Amino acid sequence: MKRTGGLLLLGLCAVVLVALPFTSSNYIIRLATFAAMYVALAASWNVIGGMAGYPSFATAAFFGLGAYGAGVVLSKTGTFLVLGWLCGGVAAALFALLVGPAILRLRGHYFAVASLVTAVVLREIINSATNLTGGGMGLNLPPRISDVDLLARQYYAVMVLLAVGAVGAGVLVSRAKIGWALRCIEQNEDAAVVLGIDTLYYKTAAFALSGLIAGITGAVYATWIGYIDPTDVFEDILSVKPIVMVLIGGLGTLYAPVVGALCFLLLEELVWRNILSFHAGVLGLLIVALLVFLPGGLKDLATRLPWARRSPAGEAVRS
Amino acid sequence: MLALQILVNGILLGGIYASIAGGFSLVWGVLNVINILHGSFVVLGAYMAFFAYTLLGIHPYLFVPIAALLLFAIGLAVQYAIVNRVIDAPVLVSLTLTFGLTLFLDNVMLNAFKADFRKVNLRPPLGIIDVSDYLPAIDIIVPVDRLASMAFAILLVALLYWLLRRTSIGRAIVAVRMDRYAASLMGVDTRIIFAVTFGIGAAMAGAAGALLSPIFPISPLASTAYLGKAFVICILGGLGSVTGVLVGGVALGVLESFGAYIFGPEHSLTLSFTLLILLLIFRPTGLLGKRGFI
Amino acid sequence: MTADTTPIATLSNVTKRFGGLVAVRDVSFSLKPGEIVGLIGPNGAGKTTLVSLMAQTLVPDAGEISFMGRSLVGLPAYKVARLGLARTFQIVQPFPKMTVLENVQAGALFAGASPSVADARDRAMECLEFCGLAQLALSEASSLTLPNRKRLEVAKALATRPKLLLLDEVNAGLTAAEVDRALELIDALARRGITILLIEHLMKVVLKACARVLVLHQGALIADGTPREVVHDKAVAEAYLGSRFAHALSGKTPGAAA
Repeated sequence: MKRTGGLLLLGLCAVVLVALPFTSSNYIIRLATFAAMYVALAASWNVIGGMAGYPSFATAAFFGLGAYGAGVVLSKTGTFLVLGWLCGGVAAALFALLVGPAILRLRGHYFAVASLVTAVVLREIINSATNLTGGGMGLNLPPRISDVDLLARQYYAVMVLLAVGAVGAGVLVSRAKIGWALRCIEQNEDAAVVLGIDTLYYKTAAFALSGLIAGITGAVYATWIGYIDPTDVFEDILSVKPIVMVLIGGLGTLYAPVVGALCFLLLEELVWRNILSFHAGVLGLLIVALLVFLPGGLKDLATRLPWARRSPAGEAVRS
Repeated sequence: MLALQILVNGILLGGIYASIAGGFSLVWGVLNVINILHGSFVVLGAYMAFFAYTLLGIHPYLFVPIAALLLFAIGLAVQYAIVNRVIDAPVLVSLTLTFGLTLFLDNVMLNAFKADFRKVNLRPPLGIIDVSDYLPAIDIIVPVDRLASMAFAILLVALLYWLLRRTSIGRAIVAVRMDRYAASLMGVDTRIIFAVTFGIGAAMAGAAGALLSPIFPISPLASTAYLGKAFVICILGGLGSVTGVLVGGVALGVLESFGAYIFGPEHSLTLSFTLLILLLIFRPTGLLGKRGFI
Repeated sequence: MTADTTPIATLSNVTKRFGGLVAVRDVSFSLKPGEIVGLIGPNGAGKTTLVSLMAQTLVPDAGEISFMGRSLVGLPAYKVARLGLARTFQIVQPFPKMTVLENVQAGALFAGASPSVADARDRAMECLEFCGLAQLALSEASSLTLPNRKRLEVAKALATRPKLLLLDEVNAGLTAAEVDRALELIDALARRGITILLIEHLMKVVLKACARVLVLHQGALIADGTPREVVHDKAVAEAYLGSRFAHALSGKTPGAAA
């Protein structure tokens, strides 16, 4: 029953996703592309933050590095877009492999601070490497197709594929041995060690996967928007948004990135459209309100409303 | 002699930094909350001092206690009404929550005061002391405003030390810091203590903001930089000890001035953050190597 | 189970300090395969520290620890677990959001050399049956009672296919009847050929289960012998009762030490 229901829902989503570019305005397409980007970022964070329970604020670092990795490669060599995107992803993953073993020894606040700071350091480095990155002037990445409608749909498709891939990667990880290791680490790291789990290895792997996904997302974003500068792609709110999304969706579930990202995007768009000059402030208040009133995310909403009381949502994670 | 001048600049700077980090370290240590709002509190204090001087003619140094009181009230209210609700939630939640609050406060300040940098220009200016006038062998200069701000900043940190050491509320704070459950069993109302501690942290930030208003440009965009400095100082000096804050502050000040001389001032942030990551990895307990309780 | 086989684990002159406090002081002993050895000592004697040192969750400041002919010092703790040295925690450490079965499965999957998740599940079920937890396999670990949590600790350790099992106060907080059941389990473990170091606070439990007892006091090993020898050891009596009582005791029962 539950399984067929799930399949039905998946099928419906697929139909909507495919039909969207043929039926919608460019505004909706743009919104949907952002939605897919948010899903990918939330799914990226979920690997290290949700599954392993490490409060990572490194998403902005990965995103920015991916954007610049692709930007530099594409503007210097003019190679295929896909190759550029992969370069961006690999750059972020390599960075995670380099920094991960060092900062993943830290726990709690210390890890959070260290991961947050990596983004700032990267931003400053890229800011000063002027001849490669253009520094504060930013980097122009002119689109390769002149048809605006086609361009919008092309990036919609790429971003949706990326989001599906990111969520799929999360499902695969949670079913594999690494998923077991991450769940053990999240729930009790000391106990995990004495069961023979190489915690640093699995944490680093999760961090690198998170980096790869966020890096590719940043790379695709860079070529989509056509212009990047360090303050834009390393913005610290980029690290916070995915966390808020997953918290909305409910920490510890696989669908949280999807549900949370969509809800967050809707809220954000509402704020943007109505209160442009004060949107960041309202966004801040929104974050506060969500954390204070719905600490468990939408799951809390579901258990608070009598008509929506069903089996606990957490069970969906189990393989 | 140049090295000595840079050293003196660094120590002056470091003293002021210590007052920025004092409240941050206290809140982190006692509440186990990293208060992302702290940098914005500093900026808010600086703005208050700026307007007190330009509109009312109150000297920034005289305004320090007023800024402290105002920020204390704000901090107390924010903690009691909002942050206390997530005090036992995972790290992630309290961090994200205070980030949201910062987003709001920074945006309010940006709308109210605009992004352009302001500065308190003291009239008459306090001038400089040329040490070679008194000691011909030592050819360095000391700006009086920095010296005064540093002296007040250290006084502020000393006051915090006295408060924690000698007053009953201070002892209660230290007790909660050591073991919040044991303290609550001894009849300490931890929610009140958390709120007061957060208020004191905010008061320290506001006072620090007033102190640095004649020295640094004031802008909502500066809040992240102050927050960053508070982080680095806590890690340098070790978390939650008053001496650690002084040591960390001075260490950061000296490091920044030499770094600015060698690499250029635009790299001071990168330098201090790189140092922060290295320290976190190799010496997470700070330069003094111990976790303090006051 | 011959007595003169080479030791499975040997500690030589192991020392661990925490700041100024010497938690474990120059401790040496070895364990023979198949033995059940009790490790007792008053509160704060350094028993748990010693367990952590053997499992390499703490690194000794000095001394050597070898296990099946291999030096353990400096080896990451997870590797020690994979070599077949398992420990339980005095304060139980389950994975609270997993079922009982999944808790044990994790142990089988990583240190227990199970090739697949399904294989680990079978192995875990076997361990649960052995420990008498099979009917609770699908309960959440956080819902278990204390005796069952202690059993879960043992089952998790068992799933890692240990050759040496360090049981840190698995009987603490249990009633007399529960202790008896726990001792049956320990006996059954030993019959599977697992060497057991039983860390205990209560002397009487150790006297029941062990043929050999080590006594730790203020970080130092003060006695090593049969339960009978240890009970009548003057240093042990002093450690437990204080010197005045020990004197009084030995004065009242002359010849007891013989």
